Amino acid sequence: MSSRFAISATPLDDRAPLAALEAEGAGGIVVFVGRVRARSRGREVLRLEYEAYAEMAERVFAQIGAEAGAKFELTDIAIHHRTGVLEPGEVSVVIATAAGHRAAAFDACRWAIDRLKQIAPIWKKEHFADGAVWVDERP
Amino acid sequence: MRVTIRLFAAHREIAGRASYAADMPEGSSVDDVFARACVDHPGLARACGSVAFALNAAHVDGAAPVADGDEVAFLPPTAGG
Repeated sequence: MSSRFAISATPLDDRAPLAALEAEGAGGIVVFVGRVRARSRGREVLRLEYEAYAEMAERVFAQIGAEAGAKFELTDIAIHHRTGVLEPGEVSVVIATAAGHRAAAFDACRWAIDRLKQIAPIWKKEHFADGAVWVDERP
Repeated sequence: MRVTIRLFAAHREIAGRASYAADMPEGSSVDDVFARACVDHPGLARACGSVAFALNAAHVDGAAPVADGDEVAFLPPTAGG
């Protein structure tokens, strides 16, 4: 049984969060798989470099899980995020939500990825043919 | 007292290291530790428009007091997902 909230320096198994879920009684499970885009702001991305404050990120994932549990009628939630160098098409994040009904599973999954982008201590460096930049996605 | 400073992403590249130990006066806050890091590594403060703080791997305000053995992290703008 894998952990529900994990930072991984090795390639993600997009079924692992699903396997980690306590889905007893769940009528619907939603899995979001985030992948590296080949283009960013009109430029070709050669690779992405993800860096995390891993021990804090796993605690923040658990916090997001608790917040999601309070906001939605969830059975369970799992969040896995990759670190290291990723090429376009590789999986960077997987979030699985289980709920009694599909609406809560969809809503919670969408909310959790947005929340992760807001508060998780994870950074992303985009490498282009002519340079690299740390991404700042905060509004 | 001695604290561990953790640096990430652009901050880590500017400083050339991911963490180091610093001796701080008793009664120091997280803001004080950041000011100290900016002296140790000029360029840290202007590296990005905003910085958030963590104390022992939990989000805190800069006013939070630090104690011997604490781990203080400076968090530049994040971009997970």
